[in-house]
Amino acid sequence: MSPSFPLLSLIVFVPWLGAIALLCLPRLSPGLTRILALAFSLSTLALSGLALCSFDPSAAGFQLSEQHDWISSLSVHYRLGLDGLSLILVLLTGALGPLSILASWRQQTNPRLMCMLFLLLQGAALGVFLALDFVPWFLFWELSLVPAYFLIRIWGGPGATRAAYQFVIYTVGGSAFMLLGFAGIFLATGTLDFTVLAGLAADGSLATKLSVLGGFWPTAVFFGVLLGLAVKVPLFPFHTWLPSAYAEAPTGASMFMTGIMSKMGVYGFLRILWPLFPAALHRFAPGLVWLALGGVVFGAFAAMRQRDLKRMVAYSSINHVSYCLLALFAVCALSRPNPDAASAALVGAILQIFNHGISAAALFFCVGVLESRADGKRGLGDFGGVRAAAPLFAGLCGISMFSSLGLPGLNGFVGEFLIFSGVWGLVPWAAALSCLGLFATAFFLLTFWQRVFHGPRAGAAEKTFPDLTGVETATLVPLVALMLAFGILPQFLTVLVNPLVASWVAHLVLP
Amino acid sequence: MSFDYAGLFGALRPETALVVGALLVLSLDLSLLKGSSAGARRGVALILGSLALVVAGWLAWVGPHGPVFGGVLVLDRFATATRVGVLSLMLLAMGTASCNRAGRNPAELVAVMLFAAVGFTLMAAAQQLLIAFLSLELASLSLYILAGFDKSRPESAEAGLKYYLFGGMAAAFLLFGLSLVYGLTGSIDLPAIAESLRSQPPNALLMVALVMILVAFGFKAAAAPFHLWAPDVYEGAPTVAASLVASASKLAAFTFFTRILWTGFYPVAGSISTSAVTPGWLAPLAAISALSMLIGNFGALAQQNVRRLLAYSAIAHSGVLMLGVMAAGDYGVGPLFYYASTYGIAAVGAFAVVGVVEASGGCQKITDLAGLARRSPLLAGCLSVFILSLAGIPPLAGFFGKFSVFASALRLGGLAGPAGWLVVLAIALSAVALYYYLIVLKQALIEAPAQGAGKIAIPAAAEVALVAAAVLLILLGVRPSLILGLF
Amino acid sequence: MNALPCTIYLSFTGALLALAAGRRSPGAARLVALVFALLAWGVALVAAFKFVPDAAGPVTLVDSPWIPQMGIRYHLAADGISLTLAVLTGLAATAGILFSWNVDKRTGEFFAFYLTLIGGVYGVFLSADAFLFFVFYEIAIVPKYFLIAIWGSTNREYGAMKLVLYSFAGSALVLAGLLWAYAAGGAHSFGVAELAQAAAGFSHGQQVWMFALVFLGFAVLAGMFPFHTWAPTGHVAAPTAASMLLAGVVMKLGAYGCLRVAMPLFPLGFAFWQPIIFWLALIGIIYAGLVALVQEDFKFVIGYSSVSHMGFVLLGLAAANARAVSGAVLQMFSHGVIAGLLFAVVGRMVYDRTHTRKLADLRAMALYKRMPFAAAVFVLAGLASMGMPGFSGFPAELTILIGTWQAAPWAAVLAAVGVLVAAAFTLRVIQVSFFGHDSSAGAAANPEPYAPITLAEKCGAILLLGATVLIGVKPDLLLELIRPALQTPFFQAVLKGGGL
Repeated sequence: MSPSFPLLSLIVFVPWLGAIALLCLPRLSPGLTRILALAFSLSTLALSGLALCSFDPSAAGFQLSEQHDWISSLSVHYRLGLDGLSLILVLLTGALGPLSILASWRQQTNPRLMCMLFLLLQGAALGVFLALDFVPWFLFWELSLVPAYFLIRIWGGPGATRAAYQFVIYTVGGSAFMLLGFAGIFLATGTLDFTVLAGLAADGSLATKLSVLGGFWPTAVFFGVLLGLAVKVPLFPFHTWLPSAYAEAPTGASMFMTGIMSKMGVYGFLRILWPLFPAALHRFAPGLVWLALGGVVFGAFAAMRQRDLKRMVAYSSINHVSYCLLALFAVCALSRPNPDAASAALVGAILQIFNHGISAAALFFCVGVLESRADGKRGLGDFGGVRAAAPLFAGLCGISMFSSLGLPGLNGFVGEFLIFSGVWGLVPWAAALSCLGLFATAFFLLTFWQRVFHGPRAGAAEKTFPDLTGVETATLVPLVALMLAFGILPQFLTVLVNPLVASWVAHLVLP
Repeated sequence: MSFDYAGLFGALRPETALVVGALLVLSLDLSLLKGSSAGARRGVALILGSLALVVAGWLAWVGPHGPVFGGVLVLDRFATATRVGVLSLMLLAMGTASCNRAGRNPAELVAVMLFAAVGFTLMAAAQQLLIAFLSLELASLSLYILAGFDKSRPESAEAGLKYYLFGGMAAAFLLFGLSLVYGLTGSIDLPAIAESLRSQPPNALLMVALVMILVAFGFKAAAAPFHLWAPDVYEGAPTVAASLVASASKLAAFTFFTRILWTGFYPVAGSISTSAVTPGWLAPLAAISALSMLIGNFGALAQQNVRRLLAYSAIAHSGVLMLGVMAAGDYGVGPLFYYASTYGIAAVGAFAVVGVVEASGGCQKITDLAGLARRSPLLAGCLSVFILSLAGIPPLAGFFGKFSVFASALRLGGLAGPAGWLVVLAIALSAVALYYYLIVLKQALIEAPAQGAGKIAIPAAAEVALVAAAVLLILLGVRPSLILGLF
Repeated sequence: MNALPCTIYLSFTGALLALAAGRRSPGAARLVALVFALLAWGVALVAAFKFVPDAAGPVTLVDSPWIPQMGIRYHLAADGISLTLAVLTGLAATAGILFSWNVDKRTGEFFAFYLTLIGGVYGVFLSADAFLFFVFYEIAIVPKYFLIAIWGSTNREYGAMKLVLYSFAGSALVLAGLLWAYAAGGAHSFGVAELAQAAAGFSHGQQVWMFALVFLGFAVLAGMFPFHTWAPTGHVAAPTAASMLLAGVVMKLGAYGCLRVAMPLFPLGFAFWQPIIFWLALIGIIYAGLVALVQEDFKFVIGYSSVSHMGFVLLGLAAANARAVSGAVLQMFSHGVIAGLLFAVVGRMVYDRTHTRKLADLRAMALYKRMPFAAAVFVLAGLASMGMPGFSGFPAELTILIGTWQAAPWAAVLAAVGVLVAAAFTLRVIQVSFFGHDSSAGAAANPEPYAPITLAEKCGAILLLGATVLIGVKPDLLLELIRPALQTPFFQAVLKGGGL
């Protein structure tokens, strides 16, 4: 049933309309171009605010649904829908999209093209979060790669060529197998609709239908879908594309990629892999827990060893996102998990999705600011005593770092705490091991804080080091404000997802 | 045997017209045109010759049907069609003759051509061994003369001599073979021979006779391994002679030998439809066919001289025509006739183009054709039609000719026997053939003209002949039933 | 609908008129060619829109006796598959003419050969008599030689000869097989449907070898490994419009022949050779893709990518169920458009201006700054080629994957690997050709700006891009034509397990 007002479609396509508008206005001045792009990007926030108003967290199923026939020969529908998880992600995108554009305000090379690419990227991400049928979902999933590729390639650093190529090829490789998996699913069930498939999985008939494929193919289908999602998140050991890609990308792109694109992968796990393959996930969860742990520990320890600040933050992204997956896999590892622990872990994972998006984006922005003041240098040893030179910047950056660290009172704490407590109640040894990650994270973030901001003014900060400009402040302050707000009042987020998680937990007991 | 002279005369009216025409040409030239210019003499001779051919052709078309003079000749549909075909081809070749500016004896040329025509038309209808041999010799002697007609070039003399020597040998073989047949069967009428052979068991002497007949066939049709005369004759003889050897002579020869073999010797044909080959004359014929196709196609690949290339291509086409002969017994002569006549048209056309280019500065090597598209678009266009028809590209007649011959040969037994394998070989080799035909077209259409090569002026008669030939090939290619419907 | 044969007649008429117009001026020839190509395409489009499928088989357009002595009729018929491909032909032809607007040497002859080729192709797609099919197929061969040998580039004479001889050899094999079938069936008729009926009575051995001959002949033209080597050489040598047509449409003649003639006539033979066809298709997809990955000549990359994409078509045909085959036909259309785009950019937009196709040279030129339109078109074409959703390649590949899984799951896995390889080489060539880094050597070598992209080029590019996006977003437009055609009795013997 389609509502009279296609709000969700508008959310997805208005940024694309903005890109087309920019295409048709080549003679606009750079300043006006950026403002126009910003306006279109903010539309998401506005429209999702509207959606928020009409959203009822306690209602089961998807709201504001839209459904149209699309490719009848493959029973494909154009279907969009909203639940708590997607709403949170849409809000996150609505926040980070404009901020990425703001972060690129000073970019002189072809700003029109850059803004167009950001708008395309935003629209594609929104489509991923709202689509409920495989073909439109996959369309947005794959299309998001294109603007990201060009953002890295054209405005990136010296290693951008290789980084961008690797990024796309890895993701496309994973997607090819995911496509294959869904081809098998279609063959067995005749539908590609996520909700229908989830329903089939819930009463066990999906597994029966898949077994029609014979032999090890049902498991192969599972692994195909897993691979596609795992590369995107990324799940260790499919993460090797990430550090270069994030490091070589321009600041705004890195912010968006770490904030939104990695969450597309986690969203995929929660929306697709888990509902469709609970039994397979349960079977392979122990191994997957180890992989998630690997990401947690390895990400943090690798970050510790970096001299390049941007790579440091990139590796730390791997660490933080792996927490979400750890929570999910821990929940799946037990056939009869403790409901409280499970819901804690799941709520924590969703919160972590949101909060990490905010804090990682902020951190990348801070590194970007440092880089812009130091002629492109961003090594750990290239700065010193920045606090004395730019106190506002230091303050805001400090808050971001502590949020990433998980300091209580800031938003990062809530998610991590819930994840830890949940996982402890499910797979205690995993929680214990991931503490290593916590320690390493603390170590490198504090090292960053100390070496760059404290001590005598050195390196780039020796001479002039201007404090934050107006635009930069406008970029960083909302992020910090969100960190503080959701640190103190996380219930504004949890209220959206608690009923959803409760319904997940209620169906957890496997037959 | 009834001596119906009236019937004989009625049947031979075309031949009469031709002889009268020849004599008229000769006498006019000797008397009235004694002091006239070469151009006038040539013009008159050609016009009279063409007239004679047209009249003869019409007479052949409306002439009587059925056996003549007690079965000495038979004017069935095959014979009538061949007679008209041969005369038409000769008419087209007349157009080529107009290019021969330097010829000093145009009347004699035309007269000998008309005598050759008489030989061909008789060959087409011969059903008795004596008449058969006589007609064959008449035609061959005329062709020997024509081959050596150009006294200004030693190659022509060489061609004439070679043709004569080979031809004489082949004629000797044929005669000996025919006399053996008479000895074995006691008759010189083909139907009677067949009757006699039906009750006789095949013996070694009969096989010898058949082989000798096949030798003569192979020579006349320029089939391997009796083809050695062809490249030299095609290269050395004047263009008119070469085009006649390639077209009318071939058509007449195939009709002639097909009739002899199938009407006279069908009981000892044997079978090559399945891999269980029964002895007879079909098996050696198949071997000749295969050899011709191989030698013809691969020989043409190496040629630099356009006339020799056409000669080897003629050898290759003979090989395929033999397939038509093999299938003619069971499935009729339609495909064979169609292929032979359209091949003849294409051959005449190709030689006509060569002749016109020759008159404007020589045409021996393939590269002499370079830039033809620039020098004369009409010539280039016509040459494309002729070459593509030889290559077997639809919608031209050459394609359908090959197609129908292959179809009838495959109907003998599918791919289970040598007939089918020959078809596969022929099809495979046609790809090889396309290569050398495209080389010729490449020179004509793509390459730039050589230094100093200017525009080519085409004599009116030649132009008419070329266009008529091209149009015929297209027309017959698109509506083959025009010919197939005759059978 | 009955006007559909006019596509053939208009093309041939246009060829003659273009030849004549070329004597007056090149511009006149171009205009004549464009008008006739558009008219023919228009006829095909209208017929496709108004088409009502017939469950019994193709709808007869013309059926008159031609050579009764051999059972040959002039029989033209169309179903959804023919219409899809006819629309593709018109599209590729029009775009090709737009991209050849700058040919000024022997223009009349160029367009005459071009339109003759188009006419032959239309004829093949509309024939319902095997002889007529073969005639049109062969008519299309000779113009190819001249188009490449006269107006081509690298190694043109060798490339032209190789391409033509391979095509002719392929058609020779087809001729042998069809004649054999005709003869073995009693030599009554050459109609495709009648031959199929007669062939139903052939022995297993006969069907196996007849299929081998006919399928192999068509597969050579479709660029099946290992008989594909003519394709990259020939397409590279050909002028832009010819490569667009050759890679875009003429290779599809081979696949169409496999589908329309080889498979339905000899289902037992097909079943016998099916595993080998699977393997050859898959090897073609992956091997050609890997070769494309290491090419240093821009056009060769595209040439090999064509072989790789045709491998998908053959894979769909090999799977032999209705879904896979419908995907294969859709892929034929999609790849036809995409190949046209790719060759147009490489040949017309880039080579005609930069006079180099070496990727090493292009890398230093940072072309995306100097030719933004060309860069954008090439990026979009590349995305389409990769199978990116939103473009026509995606529904085609997805359908083929599903259908292939149904027949042989392991083949689907390898096909997915092929998708990855395609993404790799496409992205590499986009990256190197247009998005290189400006080196001082490159900038100094060619400081003047390039000639702007002409209106004709823009129109052609937008036409093709529009088609691929339209079908990418609304594949039902074509699938609704294709599916009913595959459900007719004619295909039932060979399409097993065909639940759609």
